[in-house]
Amino acid sequence: MHSSLWLSALILVPLLGAIGSLLTRKVPGRSYVVAVGASAVELALAFVVWFTYNNHITGAATYDFASRHVISAPLGLAYDVALDGISLMMVMLTAIVVLLALLGSRERRSEPAFVAWMLVLTSFTMGSFLAHDVMEFFIFFELTLIPCFFIISQWGGKERANAALKFFIYTFVGSAFLFIGILYLGFAHQHETGAALSFAYGDLATTTMSHSTAVWLFISFTIAFAVKSPIWPLHTWSPLAYAEAPTAGSIELSALLAKLGTYGLLRFAVALLPMSLETVRPYVMTFAVIGILYGAALACVTPDLKRLVAYSSLGQMGFITLGIMTGSTIATSGAVLMMFNHGIITIGFFLVIDFIQKRRGSILLKDITGLQGPAPVLAALFTVLMMASVGLPGLAGFVGEFLILLGTFGTHAWWGVFASLGVITAALYLLWLYQRVFHGEAVGDNAVITDATNHERWVLAPIVLLVVLIGVYPHIALEKITPSVQQIIEHVAPAGANK
Amino acid sequence: MNIAIPTIHYLAILPAILFLAGSVGLLFATALMGTKISTQVASLVTVITGVAVLVVTFLQWSHVANHGASTTIANAVVLDGFSVVATGIIAISLIMSTFVAHDWSIREKLTGAEFHMLALASTTGAVIMAQANDLIVIFLGLEILSIGLYVLVAFDRHRAKGQEASLKYFLLGGFASALFIYGAALVYGATGTTNLLSISYFLGSNLLLHPGLLYAGGGLLLVGFGFKVAAVPFHLWSPDVYEGAPSPVTGFMASIVKVGAFAALLRVMISALGTQLDTWRPILWAFIALSAVLGASLGLVQRNVKRMLAYSSINHTAFILLGVWAGTARGTGGALFYLMAYVPAVIGSFAVVSVVGGLGDDNHDVSAYSGLGTSSYKGLARRQPLLAGAFVVLLLSQLGAPGTTGFYAKFAVLEAAIEQNGPIIALIAIVSAAIAAFFYLRWCIVLFSSDETSTTRVAVPRSTAFVIIFSVVTTVAFGIWPGPLASLAQHAGLLFTP
Repeated sequence: MHSSLWLSALILVPLLGAIGSLLTRKVPGRSYVVAVGASAVELALAFVVWFTYNNHITGAATYDFASRHVISAPLGLAYDVALDGISLMMVMLTAIVVLLALLGSRERRSEPAFVAWMLVLTSFTMGSFLAHDVMEFFIFFELTLIPCFFIISQWGGKERANAALKFFIYTFVGSAFLFIGILYLGFAHQHETGAALSFAYGDLATTTMSHSTAVWLFISFTIAFAVKSPIWPLHTWSPLAYAEAPTAGSIELSALLAKLGTYGLLRFAVALLPMSLETVRPYVMTFAVIGILYGAALACVTPDLKRLVAYSSLGQMGFITLGIMTGSTIATSGAVLMMFNHGIITIGFFLVIDFIQKRRGSILLKDITGLQGPAPVLAALFTVLMMASVGLPGLAGFVGEFLILLGTFGTHAWWGVFASLGVITAALYLLWLYQRVFHGEAVGDNAVITDATNHERWVLAPIVLLVVLIGVYPHIALEKITPSVQQIIEHVAPAGANK
Repeated sequence: MNIAIPTIHYLAILPAILFLAGSVGLLFATALMGTKISTQVASLVTVITGVAVLVVTFLQWSHVANHGASTTIANAVVLDGFSVVATGIIAISLIMSTFVAHDWSIREKLTGAEFHMLALASTTGAVIMAQANDLIVIFLGLEILSIGLYVLVAFDRHRAKGQEASLKYFLLGGFASALFIYGAALVYGATGTTNLLSISYFLGSNLLLHPGLLYAGGGLLLVGFGFKVAAVPFHLWSPDVYEGAPSPVTGFMASIVKVGAFAALLRVMISALGTQLDTWRPILWAFIALSAVLGASLGLVQRNVKRMLAYSSINHTAFILLGVWAGTARGTGGALFYLMAYVPAVIGSFAVVSVVGGLGDDNHDVSAYSGLGTSSYKGLARRQPLLAGAFVVLLLSQLGAPGTTGFYAKFAVLEAAIEQNGPIIALIAIVSAAIAAFFYLRWCIVLFSSDETSTTRVAVPRSTAFVIIFSVVTTVAFGIWPGPLASLAQHAGLLFTP
């Protein structure tokens, strides 16, 4: 077991960075430097945790770095952090995303409030991924709304006020169900054991309950996670929010906060309520498959780039949900890996879109054409990302999708069949997108744009490298993920009755 | 003839005595002294009284902790953990409101000691309600509390709206008091006593063959309380009165009336009628559902800050009622915790409203959101970031955002409701909070709006600034570390007279 101080540092460093960047706001550009510094430290910490994490701890499941402090006994609140392979991937993702998002939004370097909110958001997201107490998770989960709301409502596009409100209200209503569900589960545990009220993850995981209670709780949990992910049909806030948020905000929303939804689904809904799975599985998987196909269909016809990524994300999150719900270790590991991959690829997409917007002042597909001629490097970098998203073997996207489909075919073949159609349609709309944006003859303003600057190349380079690395050698991630997933599946499987 | 005088435990009634002494003292001084008492002196006297009462509550707390809960004056007044904490909250409300009102009365040139003496009198009533263990004493407290407030609402003679609001408050309030006392009479008819403990004892040891009288009486009591705490459908007065009253008075009224009335309501429901909780629960359930949903959704269409806050406070009422509905120690503690979180948030908010309202206290329009008209709130964050930031924190606390006490307040009452197997009503309440979030957040957007129409900075006098800072600091500090408040509320809930 390692010291939990590392994890607390992961939560605290961005907060300190935020305070630091506000304190240095008088000097132009200084707060941006402080913020980038803080996120670099954060990434370094994430690497330390990555390399010291021991995924074969016996007796304490695969959790490492654990410690628990009760904050308020009457309310049952505690500060409890721990980390397993699944959280580890998410911690890594968070640290990478915030650094790249900040580097990619250099034009905001004179706005201390913006970088401060970004760091605050990072801290809360970290907290959610590290929380080992269900109520603590919920609190961090809710806390992420506040910085997000301000980022969208102050630095977004024309419709920013609507987008921010819609985003907040949607998620808030969704988490209302989660909140009630968690409280109910906590009291069920208390009535069963007669002990003090506690929401500790390990305690709640052992609660026994009737089948119908489990199903109701699963529904209440999943509403919140489905809004956040988003999973069809609760996704309708997301295209507006993605499109209106500033680039860094869109990155945080889709690359990170969406993962909170699927992470919660796996960690809390599936793992804590195994009794319900047999009943709810077909429904959630059907929603996921509908999401995959629906997202792909809308991505084909949507007029602007950011919305296209939003709908494509809907499809990708459908894949992840599918993988989590199958109950097979392979598919679930694939889903966790895909959460990471999707995050990385999405940063790239939004950054490229942002670069295009800066040059062309528009992200409407009808305005943009033939960029390959004047901007070959940008086009090349985008090609890699696109191919990874399509699922070309050798790139990151392939591994996740392949594992998910493999696992799904093993347990639920028909859902697998329809989900595979999603792979084909994804190839369709992405290649078509590429054709429309980069091929053809550049006319008017399109002909005179500059290619990617050095700064932009350096921001995109690590993403491309990671995409290739995971595509070629997924073992580095899977060796961390699989034991933890195995743990959850083993915990869930006996309750899943006749299998 | 021989009248037996019951023994009196003076420590128990010391807070009420102090407040009353403050009020009467100011009254006599004003009448007897040749010169007018300045606002400074009156405010000082009021604040000192408040602080003295706070000190007394510490003594009371240690007394309760050592000797347990007790009653005095022939069981009419109770001294328990709950009453001590409620008294403390009331004293803090008074102190904070005095600071805000001080600056306001200087700005509006309404100097003198009248405001303070009325506020002290109302506070006395609230404290009596918090300690009352007898329906008659509750009624006494209710009247003392209300009469002072009727006058305070109309305190600014230059505001026609204030006169109108006061009249409305007085007529409806008088009606509600009449219903309350009639309810008390019916309960007396059914049980033969007005003492809460005796009622509880009677109901516990007898089976009522014809409970109609008790039900009618209890129902009327609920109507009376429902009016005071502005629960739907007895809320109609509140938006008008909130709007019409001077802003500091609104904050004061919103806080002490809620504390006093809820303290008494909890006692009646849990102490006296606790054995019959299942009979009252459906009624409370309806109150909660209606107040939660209507409070939140009617708040959406308001264009006046004070009306909006009135509907928001109706929504808060629903949450506090959840604690009453639960009827357990956790519920009592939760309701108390909610009040602790609510008081600084609401007084702080009205302090901001009071300074932004400007001279005449009329600048409360937020219609700027629709793009029409001007509003002092629009773009406030660009002109006075600290003031706007403080306001945002207080609004977020009322919204129930984590990181503020408002979150844990909602947490505590929802926890109590779910423990009593009420997930549906808890869900209704929390979804209503999401609806209410819409208007709090829309307001935040107005504050941060970039196309500002006004460039004048509003003056923030020192003592109002102190109140705003105090509210924000407590809101955030206990929002991050709720432990102390939560255990205080829990102990108070446990040290409740049986």
